[in-house]
Amino acid sequence: MLKFILVKLAQLVPTFLGVTVVAFAFIRLLPGDPILLLAGERGISAERYAQLEAQLGFDRSPLVQYLDFLTGLLHGDLGTSLVTHAPVMDEFMSRFPATMELSFFALLFAVLVGLPAGVIAATKRGSTLDHTLMGISLTGYSMPIFWWGLLLIMLFSSTLGWTPVSGRISYLYFIDTVTGFMTIDTLLAGNWAAFKSALHYLVLPSIVLGTIPMAVIARQTRSSMLEVLGEDYVRTARAKGLSSFRVIMVHTLRNALITVITVIGLQIGVLLAGAILTETIFSWPGIGKWMIDAISRRDYPAVQGGLVLIAFIVMLVNLLVDIAYGVINPRIRY
Amino acid sequence: MTTTSPVAAPGTLRHQLAEFWGDFSASRGALVGLLFISSMLLIALLAPWIAPHDPALQNREAFLVPPVWHAEGSWTYLLGTDAVGRDVLSRLMFGARYSLSIGAMVVVLSMAVGIFLGLLAGYFRGWVETLITRVMDVVLAFPSLLLALGLVAVLSPGLTSAMIAIAVVQLPYFVRLTRAAVIGEKSREYVTASRLAGASHLRLMFNTLLPNCMAPLIVQATLSFSTAILDIAALGFLGMGVQPPTPEWGAMLANAREFMGSAYWAVTFPGLVILLTVLMINLMGDGLRDALDPKMKRS
Repeated sequence: MLKFILVKLAQLVPTFLGVTVVAFAFIRLLPGDPILLLAGERGISAERYAQLEAQLGFDRSPLVQYLDFLTGLLHGDLGTSLVTHAPVMDEFMSRFPATMELSFFALLFAVLVGLPAGVIAATKRGSTLDHTLMGISLTGYSMPIFWWGLLLIMLFSSTLGWTPVSGRISYLYFIDTVTGFMTIDTLLAGNWAAFKSALHYLVLPSIVLGTIPMAVIARQTRSSMLEVLGEDYVRTARAKGLSSFRVIMVHTLRNALITVITVIGLQIGVLLAGAILTETIFSWPGIGKWMIDAISRRDYPAVQGGLVLIAFIVMLVNLLVDIAYGVINPRIRY
Repeated sequence: MTTTSPVAAPGTLRHQLAEFWGDFSASRGALVGLLFISSMLLIALLAPWIAPHDPALQNREAFLVPPVWHAEGSWTYLLGTDAVGRDVLSRLMFGARYSLSIGAMVVVLSMAVGIFLGLLAGYFRGWVETLITRVMDVVLAFPSLLLALGLVAVLSPGLTSAMIAIAVVQLPYFVRLTRAAVIGEKSREYVTASRLAGASHLRLMFNTLLPNCMAPLIVQATLSFSTAILDIAALGFLGMGVQPPTPEWGAMLANAREFMGSAYWAVTFPGLVILLTVLMINLMGDGLRDALDPKMKRS
């Protein structure tokens, strides 16, 4: 098992180096000169330009700049933002919990709805219920989530007034940041009303972000269940006279879950990509919105650092999924 | 004049096509999808003749006119107008041209390059395979939309760069599928026979192997087509795709967003068209998979 993990880790190294090269190259290729951008509309003298260039290290050869970037990266230093002048790492870390909290609740919604839907559809295969559930999940899978978000805001926020439109918590509450997770911080502060407000603000964005993973999980659960239902041991369990509930829950679902868990783990990329759109619609102060702002402001170090960190997270989660899969299903270890 | 028997002989192309059509049309969803996409294609082609208005024409007397079924609606603007008095229906019809043609271009582009790289990787193995799969792993490490956004920012926002960016994001799926299929087919007897007969590398790759690897690629092509349409709209929505005043569906949504509270139609219809188009392509994809996947096929 240890060997399996080490091999998987070693395989990540070249990919990660590739990611840093891409992130680094991206920034050199972005149109627009960051120094002229810093200088603003009034322009800048040639001396001041050279001075700034040297200060920011843009006058050195690209290879030196890349090695410098890599060394910094290994020390957890991703440079400073050109806009806020704060370290990119700090900027990222201060926003990451917001995205994680949103992604967690989105995944919770996706699993709580998708998994039962898939199980029910599989057990009632071919029925109207099966067709309806799979129709809904294919619709969810095809959903342009930026439109879905606007639609839900129009219905639940503007027309019915049930949910807030944007942000993480009502302006009535001020909560000290401890973990960065609004739901945890409000509980730590013992402020029950603030906790409820935070949950209230999470409902719509979580549904929007969780819609596509929900559809994927429902479809995957159904097809894995159908595969397992055809196995001999399920027939044996039925022949033994076990209740059909027991056959479904214990003998079928547990085995079908192996592939479903893998698929759930692989949703992290979907969630982070979806976070860009969801956070933009709901003004959610996470890394998706931060990246969009950084790209439009040509904040080179921020874009660069953000790309590397996000790719790193995706790779790490995929590795964990691989390992988990190896633990549950020893046949694939090699 | 030749007479053809109603049932073609097994093994012929005609027979295969008939069998494929039988499996495909067995799914009602796939047929509905095919019908919808065909009519969408027709609307896109005929847009200049059938659209009731010029999609760029701004009518100063008709800002945010509601659709025809409202009391204030008028028959001139069936689905209402946007904030500068442009006909929503006409813009949607012209928008179909952009979404469908960009989607098709993305699929052609990434399929061509992806098949080529996948064939190289699966056929030659060794360091060629390692290099190609590693590069594809790097592409896959970024969330697709983020990578596309970054690429568009590098290439400057617009139609062509959006197209290239989305094609790059779709590339790994074609490479992986082709590579896996080629590796599976390579050790089969017909390939060995062809090699012994003196076929060149290129001939083996493109004439012998590729036709037998097409089934999963066709299914992936429909999936990529729908994903491309979604991504194009997402980029347009974020202001990084097709630039206004071009009537692209995602950009239309972004423009209408400020008037969400007062003019739901300007937001609802472009999104609904995106959803329906993507849904129908996916329905078709499901039908194709059932018809082409030999594992699912009834014997």
